[in-house]
Amino acid sequence: MNRLSTFFYKRPALVTLLLLAIPMLYMIVVYLGSLFALLLNSFYFLEEFTGLVVKEFTLSTYVQLFKPTNLGIFGRTAGMALAVTIMDALIAFPLSYYIAKFASRRLRTYLYIAVTLPLWSSYLVRVYAWKLILSKEGILSWFVNLFHLNSLLDALLSLPGIGGSSLSLSPIGMFIAFCYIWLPYMIVPIQTALERVPKSLLEASSDLGAKPSQTFRNVILPLAFPGVIAGSIFTFSLTLGDFIVPQSLGNSRFFIGQAVYSHQGTSGNIPLAAAFTMGPVVIMVVYLLIARKLGAFDAL
Amino acid sequence: MTNSAIRFDKVSRYFGDVKAVDAVDLEINDGEFFSMLGPSGSGKTTCLRMIAGFDRPTSGSIHLYGQEVSDLPPYDRDVNTVFQDYALFPHMTVGDNIAYGLMIKRVPKTERAKRLDEILDLVQLAGFAARKPSQLSGGQRQRVALARALINHPKVLLLDEPLGALDLKLRQQMQVELKSIQKRVGITFIFVTHDQEEALTMSDRIAVFNQGKIEQIGSPSDVYERPASSFVAGFVGTSNLVSGEVAKRITGSDQKFSIRPEKIHLGSASDVLTETMYKANGTVRDVIYLGLYTRYLVSLDDGGDLVVIEQNLKTTSMDVLKARDQKVVLFWEKDHISRVGG
Amino acid sequence: MRSKSYGDKASLGLKIGAIGTLLFLHVPLWVIFLYSFTTDESTYSFPLPGLTTKWFGVALQRTDLWDALKLSLQVASLATVAALILGTLAAAAVYRSNFFGRDAVSFLLVLPIALPGIVTGIALRSAIGSLEIPFSFWTIIIGHATFCVVVVYNNVLARFRRMQSSQIEASMDLGANSFQTFRYIVLPNIATALLAGGMLAFALSFDEVIVTTFTAGQQSTLPIWIFSQLVRPRDRPVTNVVATIVILITFLPIFFAQKISAESSDTEGETK
Repeated sequence: MNRLSTFFYKRPALVTLLLLAIPMLYMIVVYLGSLFALLLNSFYFLEEFTGLVVKEFTLSTYVQLFKPTNLGIFGRTAGMALAVTIMDALIAFPLSYYIAKFASRRLRTYLYIAVTLPLWSSYLVRVYAWKLILSKEGILSWFVNLFHLNSLLDALLSLPGIGGSSLSLSPIGMFIAFCYIWLPYMIVPIQTALERVPKSLLEASSDLGAKPSQTFRNVILPLAFPGVIAGSIFTFSLTLGDFIVPQSLGNSRFFIGQAVYSHQGTSGNIPLAAAFTMGPVVIMVVYLLIARKLGAFDAL
Repeated sequence: MTNSAIRFDKVSRYFGDVKAVDAVDLEINDGEFFSMLGPSGSGKTTCLRMIAGFDRPTSGSIHLYGQEVSDLPPYDRDVNTVFQDYALFPHMTVGDNIAYGLMIKRVPKTERAKRLDEILDLVQLAGFAARKPSQLSGGQRQRVALARALINHPKVLLLDEPLGALDLKLRQQMQVELKSIQKRVGITFIFVTHDQEEALTMSDRIAVFNQGKIEQIGSPSDVYERPASSFVAGFVGTSNLVSGEVAKRITGSDQKFSIRPEKIHLGSASDVLTETMYKANGTVRDVIYLGLYTRYLVSLDDGGDLVVIEQNLKTTSMDVLKARDQKVVLFWEKDHISRVGG
Repeated sequence: MRSKSYGDKASLGLKIGAIGTLLFLHVPLWVIFLYSFTTDESTYSFPLPGLTTKWFGVALQRTDLWDALKLSLQVASLATVAALILGTLAAAAVYRSNFFGRDAVSFLLVLPIALPGIVTGIALRSAIGSLEIPFSFWTIIIGHATFCVVVVYNNVLARFRRMQSSQIEASMDLGANSFQTFRYIVLPNIATALLAGGMLAFALSFDEVIVTTFTAGQQSTLPIWIFSQLVRPRDRPVTNVVATIVILITFLPIFFAQKISAESSDTEGETK
């Protein structure tokens, strides 16, 4: 045992290599290999007549992406992701700020758990909760009735583009569910960023004559910004790729996730499904690069 | 020769292009309290880590009681270390921490318990065995670290700036205690420090490190009274360095020499000098009254400045401040200068 | 005075906002809990027409549910084991050395959860499909392991970084070889991080649906069962009960995992 130990002790680089070999082999072969297979597939095409995938290099599948219906899907999904990200940043801020700067140590631990508990607990169940809440005969309608706001809700639902037959079958409903589901991903990074702001900095600002509102705008907000960007990586990316929420709460107008799901499933058109996912991949890679420039990775 | 605990033969350790340790030769005697003194980055800690086995020499060899150990891992060397941050295992009790080495060597439980009790007595921690390190003060953690190393009866004990984290009073107390423990157990101690006072008080011998090389090895009084280089003169205590034309006017030779400020007398033209003294004329530029003593900065007529320290035996602050801008004669025993190289 | 004591007290508006966000996060879960007792079989009507506990009994009798639950538990257990091994090895390697690729390692591990789940899902599906491997229990686990690794990796790496590196040297200095040092020093130091990471990986896998839909064959995990009910509700009352049970099952491990992580980073703050 000692001799084996000594053998390794004298070869630290070998040990590191051995430690790294298995996880990296797994991630590279399984994960990167799969991504590569995906990329490869996106350059194949589906023979309409036979319904078989032809393994020849072509860009024709990518050309299909630029059909108006498909562009509409990209636009709709990206728009939703953006709206959800902005809304989540707004909702997250007060709680993050409170946890980071005002809560006592004990309270902070419990608030942190209160935020991350929904994050880890079942995502599907949480979508399901909104199906219950938003349904025509559900709780929200009951409250709307109670306060005689029916006409307001009806007006909202009749808006073209975001309305629908009921909240549980409309982009508005999806928006609410998305905001809810990804909210913890926004709270935690903002809180982390704010916790790193030393209190003395805020005292310095007020000492130099800034009113609390000025300190907030000139010191706190800029310093929280990397946290917001870090959080937005999740809210944006997760919304882009999700097909559970649109499938459960949306109407017949597709989102990227649904398009991928249905193209690979019913029609077996894996090349088109693969080309579709390249959209979010490219968007996310660009987003990650920008986020890194803005220093968001330190807040992760 | 047979008496040497540690021997370095042309030991070098490079980190990339940086020569952390540069062809060092060194011999440490059995049972000695040996200090490695130097500023940070001087190579002293790297030397210690090579003795412990955490680092290996790029070239050269290290012998421990005649056995070549350069290539042995730490667990195959009869050497133990007291770490700068103590490195106590937080998940173990004080007792388990101290008995860790014995547990690894499968020493029977009863003997382990006996030796644990003895060592706890030695470091005055009897009754602390069941505590966790987090429940101890800094000084107590220090003792645990010491006990954990000593219980294994190593041939050599390495101490890596172990007193650095303690406050001044505790540090002075621990200095005395360490020295007395070393005398009792009779083990060779190798003590790394950047604090010259610590090295001077505790050591039998001191090696002064600078830029990966040893500038001087000697007893505390050697190193202090007879610094071998201007670096040693400057690093160990404060010293005046005089060279060139000024040195020639004073001593007749232009070889650089150093003279300690407290060896210089501040006098006037009426003082009578003996043959055994050097003298220099100058003007007091600055006076700093420090209670116990006063520090004068004197500009020599021949050029250059000397710092002079005089104890305030009879003078008060009012008296010494009058000395400013006065013409003075400085004189000191010829024996008190050291010719230094570099 | 106000200007000197900046930030000692939260303003009322901030408190209301914070409490509002907390309620927004938690009330929907209570709603599910409430609905599992409804007597309404065919709609989600509110207020509940009546209360009953009979659906819990009905759910217990459903063998399709038991099978799905069993499959989910098996998948989550094996995926967790795989994640524990892979994540710990990677964390140890990255902690040990300053080699140039350590950022690349972190990046590669975080990619499966940073990219939308659908990307991971379709990528695995097209790879598994191209290799003509049949979709099975094992393909689900392979898929889950890819995104569970990072959870363990992050937890363990964070713990390694908090551990004094001199502890390892001290152990070897006291005569322990590498294996003994791992057993007596490293393992106890990272034990709670392994526990926390493992529990989170388990929760992540137990709950996963997107990647699963792409990597499963005919198998139905519990999330897939719930998803089918979301799209086409057939057994509303039973779904309510299942949702409640899922929340209860995942609540405890997540709660404890989070408490471990939160507390260990807190004690670090104290010693500094």
